[in-house]
Amino acid sequence: MMQGDLASTASTQITRLALRWLLYLLLVLFALYYLAPLFVMVTTSLKSLEEIKTGSLVSLPREVTFDAWGTAWSAACSGIKCEGLKPYFWNSIVMAVPAVLISTFLGAINGYVIAQWRFRGANLIFSLMLFGCFIPFQVVLLPMARLLGLMGLAGSIPGLIFVHVVYGLGFTTLFFRNYYVSISPELMRAAKIDGAGFFRIFWSVFLPLSVPIIVVTIIWQFTQIWNDFLFGVSFSQAGTQPITVALNNIVNSTTGVKEYNVDMAAAIIAALPTLIVYVVAGKYFIRGLTAGSVKG
Amino acid sequence: MLERLERQIPKFVLAPSFAAILVFVYGFIVWTGWVSLTKSKLMPRYEIEGITQYQRLFASPRWDTALENLFVFGGLFIVLSMLLGLLLAILLDQKIRTEGVLRTIYLYPMALSLIVTGTAWRWFLNPGLGIEATVRKWGFEDFTFDWLVNPDMAIYTIVIAAVWQASGFVMALFLAGLRSVEDEIIRAAQVDGIPLWRIYVSIIIPSMAPVFLSAFIVLAHLAIKSFDLVIALTGGGPGYATDLPATYMYSMAFSRGNIGQAASSAMVMMAVIFAIVVPYLYSELRSRNDAR
Amino acid sequence: MTPILQIQALNKNFGTLQILKNVNVEIESGDFLVLVGPSGCGKSTLLNCIAGLEPVTSGQIAIDGRNMNEISPKDRDIAMVFQSYALYPTMSVAKNITFGMKVRGIDKQTQQEKLAEVSRQLQIEPLLNRRPAQLSGGQRQRVAMGRALVRDPKLFLFDEPLSNLDAKLRVEMRNEIKKLHHNLNATMVYVTHDQIEAMTLATKIVVLKDGLVQQIGTPAEIYLRPANLFVADFMGSPAMNLVTAQTRKNGRGTELVIERPSGEPLRLLDKKARNLPDRVVLGIRPEDITEAAFGSGKNVHITACDVDVVEPAGADTFVLLSLSGKEVTARLKAETRAAAGESMDFAFNMEKASYFDVESGERIN
Repeated sequence: MMQGDLASTASTQITRLALRWLLYLLLVLFALYYLAPLFVMVTTSLKSLEEIKTGSLVSLPREVTFDAWGTAWSAACSGIKCEGLKPYFWNSIVMAVPAVLISTFLGAINGYVIAQWRFRGANLIFSLMLFGCFIPFQVVLLPMARLLGLMGLAGSIPGLIFVHVVYGLGFTTLFFRNYYVSISPELMRAAKIDGAGFFRIFWSVFLPLSVPIIVVTIIWQFTQIWNDFLFGVSFSQAGTQPITVALNNIVNSTTGVKEYNVDMAAAIIAALPTLIVYVVAGKYFIRGLTAGSVKG
Repeated sequence: MLERLERQIPKFVLAPSFAAILVFVYGFIVWTGWVSLTKSKLMPRYEIEGITQYQRLFASPRWDTALENLFVFGGLFIVLSMLLGLLLAILLDQKIRTEGVLRTIYLYPMALSLIVTGTAWRWFLNPGLGIEATVRKWGFEDFTFDWLVNPDMAIYTIVIAAVWQASGFVMALFLAGLRSVEDEIIRAAQVDGIPLWRIYVSIIIPSMAPVFLSAFIVLAHLAIKSFDLVIALTGGGPGYATDLPATYMYSMAFSRGNIGQAASSAMVMMAVIFAIVVPYLYSELRSRNDAR
Repeated sequence: MTPILQIQALNKNFGTLQILKNVNVEIESGDFLVLVGPSGCGKSTLLNCIAGLEPVTSGQIAIDGRNMNEISPKDRDIAMVFQSYALYPTMSVAKNITFGMKVRGIDKQTQQEKLAEVSRQLQIEPLLNRRPAQLSGGQRQRVAMGRALVRDPKLFLFDEPLSNLDAKLRVEMRNEIKKLHHNLNATMVYVTHDQIEAMTLATKIVVLKDGLVQQIGTPAEIYLRPANLFVADFMGSPAMNLVTAQTRKNGRGTELVIERPSGEPLRLLDKKARNLPDRVVLGIRPEDITEAAFGSGKNVHITACDVDVVEPAGADTFVLLSLSGKEVTARLKAETRAAAGESMDFAFNMEKASYFDVESGERIN
């Protein structure tokens, strides 16, 4: 009896161990699947054109050169200009930073009103704003293009900022409203008795409480706005394009020899800001992604 | 008097944002809808003509391809992302020591612009210099992987890149959903002697129905909006083989100067999303109000 | 002397739902008014109306003679302590207490003086630099009271402040509030669903049900002479026994005939009762049903009853008797020999009996 038990536990032990190894193997394989394109991008960007043509996709560079990076940053051709990504990088920054800050602030104060100052129609307004998050932006491209033209903002960075703020409002309001809804209404009552009014309560009581959701919202908005292409390509012109549009131009340019290493370097440069944000503040990012979906 | 004015402050504060949404979302949708019923070409005209734009739209072979691509791409994208996401979530749920690192690796593609993703995969799948060439160099002379330039297969390259981008997100959603199943239920099942795989299939996965729904909605939404990825990966080609409604609309609006067609294609996209999202939102908001 | 708080004909609706119906209450300075009733009776709403946090639909609230109808909470000279304490989570204890003064523009010197005075009174000096999250429940309570004290208001309002505390702490804090009331000679309006708190703290009680005032009175009045069946049942623990009985007049008083399962009805003679209708609800508290040997008094009726259940409870033993389809509780001494299933002689003190109309539930005597 005993020996039989030992034997069977030994075999289940082995199966369990084997399964465990299989598990890790699968996980690592998948990790490779996700990392492969990034790996290839980095290695390609560090190779010379010669090596790219003769070598294999997955090989490490025989000779590491940063030439492609230099070209990508300051000399690559996007359309008629050959200034590299640098000016467009700054375009993206000038566009993204105000847009993120403004839409976050508006989202905060909107969420505060909807969650804590209940009045008739507040929920209807919220539903309408929420639905606005889901529309395909194609349906507003045409009228927005006309409006920007009429406002004199066509092809300008302020115009892009305006567009990103307007269409980011739905999400930012959603994030803050969901956050504020779980704060007890007694807190506001106490503040009212202490004599604080609408803005005082927001500034002194709610804002200090909101640090986690502010971080989530800023990360989410920055990622969305920096990575946007549709609005960028529709509403900017040659000098005011954000980096995503410039990247696409560089990669799709038909003039001259295709410099794959420059393309890859350019793509990495364009991806760096949001990637860095992700690596540094990843868990807040995930919280932002799942905030609207799982808990709702 | 002051007191009554003070009570209106919240409404005044919310008003500008609400007005903005009314005008720039709903107002614009109405404008686009209106224009889709006119003869507009390069410039918008406002005399209603009827549904000619839609008739022309659905008679256009390019639009046919675009719609077909949408369903093929959308369907595959959603199903594969959910399967892969679920698999990864289940694997990660097994108390892995390096879970944090792995999660970061699986999710990072979501932080990238679709242009970057498209660019990377375009290089990866490049017939002459990418995977095909590399595998050939390894000795498999006959290996072909020219999907990128093959009109019949190009759409599947978009699926591959899109699944790569989004499956990590689905995994994160599902992982959270898996973990929200109470421990006690699982322990009771284990005491009952139910094998682990059965616990997943019969207990955990069915209880995650709402998470599946959320994931479906987000993925469907991403699929319909797909524009950046197509532009970067295939440019809509070869020819129009990988056209999607979003690229069709853009082309009509800004390259072809055909606003009527652009508007009608946009409205069709709107209708598809509407049909999927509205029932979901309605049931979500209603169930939440009941639960209050 | 103008009453410090006057509520006249107060009605409060939420949409079509009427939460408060024609409430009239008055208290003098130094009173401790308790609003008590089951969940949903409107007591918190009434408190919020007094505070000005909810507008009234009709009627008047006057504090120290001034009509408060258009006046915002901060100008009513009140202070409030909430069930969840509602301390500002990101501010230190000191800042929590001085926030109101800061908003009102009081100079820093005075702020610090008042803070010192109040923290000494409530013994929270060592906590001043901590955040609310670092405090225990009882400490948070004290800080919340400190925030209220520092306003030096005409009225202190308490919204179920002890509900979040465990039983032992609740008794401690209850005593502290009572002491505070005495030391400051403050006027307090206090909401609770716990009738023990009401009885121990109040100088005046308002019992509410479904938005209607059931009875206003001192704890003794409420306890000894409840105005209707609801108040009789709600206040006092264990609850007052309420049984239906037929009445029969005879020369010596009124006889109450109560059905019981053993067949032969229980007959109680009340020597003082007069002019009772044919059927009444008799209300008698457990402490007024005792072992025959200990029953004494002019209007005591002694008779035998079957004991159903014996519940020893430490200082007393409660014995349940089956009468008129209900379990009637008698409170006996701990050493009693009562045993389940046996018959025993009980003394019913009819002097303390309350009679209620069978239809309306209103008190008759």
